[in-house]
Amino acid sequence: MGGHSNWPEWIYIGVVVALMVWVGAEAWEAERLVEHVPEDAETIIVTGQQWFWTFEHEDGTKEIGELHVEVGKAYKFEIVSTDVNHSFNIHDYVVLMDAIPGRVNTVWFAPTDAGTHDIQCREYCGLIHYNMRGTLIVEEPHS
Amino acid sequence: MVLELQKPRPIWQIMFSTHHTDVGLLYLITSLGFLFLGGALALAIRAELFLPGAQIIGDAMTFNRIFTVHGTTLIFLFIIPFASAVGNYYVPIMVRYKDMAYPKLNAIAFWMIPPGGALIWLGFADFTWYATPPYSIISAPGPAADMWIFGLKILGISSVLGAINFVVTILKCKHPDMSIGQVPLLAWSFLSSSLIILVAIPTFAAALLMLLTDRLGVSGFFNPAMGGDPIAYAHLFWFTFHPEVYVLVIPAIGMMYEIIPRFSRKPIYSYNSGVFAFVLLSIVGFSSWAHHMYATGMSFTEKTVFMVGTLAAVPASAMHVFNFVATMWNGRIKFLTPMMWSVGGIALFFSAGAGGVANAAMPLDFTTHDTYWVVGHFHLFVMGTIAFGSIGFFYYMFPYVTGRMYNETLGKVHFIMSFVGTVLVFFTQHVLGLYGMPRRIFDYPPIPEWIAMNQIATVGAMIIGVSMAIFLANMIYSSGKGKLANTEDPFGVGGKYYYPFEAKNPSH
Repeated sequence: MGGHSNWPEWIYIGVVVALMVWVGAEAWEAERLVEHVPEDAETIIVTGQQWFWTFEHEDGTKEIGELHVEVGKAYKFEIVSTDVNHSFNIHDYVVLMDAIPGRVNTVWFAPTDAGTHDIQCREYCGLIHYNMRGTLIVEEPHS
Repeated sequence: MVLELQKPRPIWQIMFSTHHTDVGLLYLITSLGFLFLGGALALAIRAELFLPGAQIIGDAMTFNRIFTVHGTTLIFLFIIPFASAVGNYYVPIMVRYKDMAYPKLNAIAFWMIPPGGALIWLGFADFTWYATPPYSIISAPGPAADMWIFGLKILGISSVLGAINFVVTILKCKHPDMSIGQVPLLAWSFLSSSLIILVAIPTFAAALLMLLTDRLGVSGFFNPAMGGDPIAYAHLFWFTFHPEVYVLVIPAIGMMYEIIPRFSRKPIYSYNSGVFAFVLLSIVGFSSWAHHMYATGMSFTEKTVFMVGTLAAVPASAMHVFNFVATMWNGRIKFLTPMMWSVGGIALFFSAGAGGVANAAMPLDFTTHDTYWVVGHFHLFVMGTIAFGSIGFFYYMFPYVTGRMYNETLGKVHFIMSFVGTVLVFFTQHVLGLYGMPRRIFDYPPIPEWIAMNQIATVGAMIIGVSMAIFLANMIYSSGKGKLANTEDPFGVGGKYYYPFEAKNPSH
């Protein structure tokens, strides 16, 4: 120690702690908002299996590898898996949730513009993990 | 064992020795051997990802096996044994004891590493270093998977035996005139990391057995088809391996604590804050494990708890960085190779920590989790911080082990190329992650940003590869033909070294 004064270190630690408190508080606030699923969200059941995605809409329509949704609606994904762990990911909309066999995980999103986006698997699931991809097609409202 | 190559002994004398410097030498050579093997796999991965489509690796299964063995090797067969090598050489000297507390146990702990390594390399499993269930239970091909499980089991036991030895040596065998507050920070780092091992590893040891019986079909702990839950494995695994991250990094920080004050020719700024930060890290390291699992469907409360636990570890790491900078401040710094590696390591440690804060913040984690951001992030720790600290320390102990000096210019070239390469590979991978590229993929669609980033990363990796070849050549040449070292003060920085030239070895 030497007996020298240590105040620079205390100020520095204080700054670091304050930064961490700020990051934590902002993250807490943002996550709280993000997790709040709108009540009118349509449910889509997403099934991951080696090595493709299946989607089932509320009206019973099924799609494989492609998912059609409409601008202006909110969607709640119920994500399941039939074999091993996968992770359902639409990177452009920061949608990410693991598909774990034996569990139902939920995540929601509301597309804002028409267009196509990549869907991919982000959890290692074996041989063709690298190509477990799909397409999200956001369309203008039909009605 | 000092000046090994000047007074050659038959190899079996070293192999069957239980003296701490001999066991240290065995650890050292083994760990460096695995560094080159694991690094070669990394180059294969980077070459494959240079362009979309298959390049040099024929199929996805081979690629998956390569990244699994790459990770397992560098963590369990390079980083941990290298730390044990340094601990074996220095801890007994630093606490002024004649050897490790249990010399035979020490040799046994080392000799478990070659069979463990052989099982991992001969098996070549493909289920990632996380051995992800239920994939590892129902899909992963045997016997590779089973060999990996047994290999890890053996390496885990070796770690625990080594940890017991360090704890007893430091706490019970230190010189009676020496209080625990006088033990050098390098030895303190081994005390902290060994205590973490003793608390953390048993959990993974249990999980490995459960994984094995699940694979045999006699249990279903992690197999949903038999009522189990893969998330249980995630908790058991990360309860061991998040603290294990600190097991890996703390000895590297300890090595920097030996090098930075010596080459700055100043005493350490604050010994007490170094000790405090080690102890604090070893405790709060246990409060953050589930930050690896935000996307598994955890509740908001769970995520909040583990975010707070993760952020709590940041001030302790920041204290180390402050301590290093304050020590160098106004010092008469001599930038020889070991010092360059240490300072580079601290810079990358800071960058890695800053990226870690972003990962810990819950909403941001959903952007970065399981993308190349994470790969870049933890490689800044394992390569940028731990390997940099370790390689710098290896240069530092080189004159002690061989009695000769390495080539200083080549050492500096090695550092500069590795530093540039590391920044190119792992900073770029952060950006690649933000573009959404998942980790652990054999091939990727031709998205222009992904191709550009992958190519930069591959070039960086090749630069590191060349620098490592220079390193190897320098070591081999200098250990036989290098300039004789001034054994009292090999680096010309003055002061009293912890160079155990007088370490008595009965077989000399």
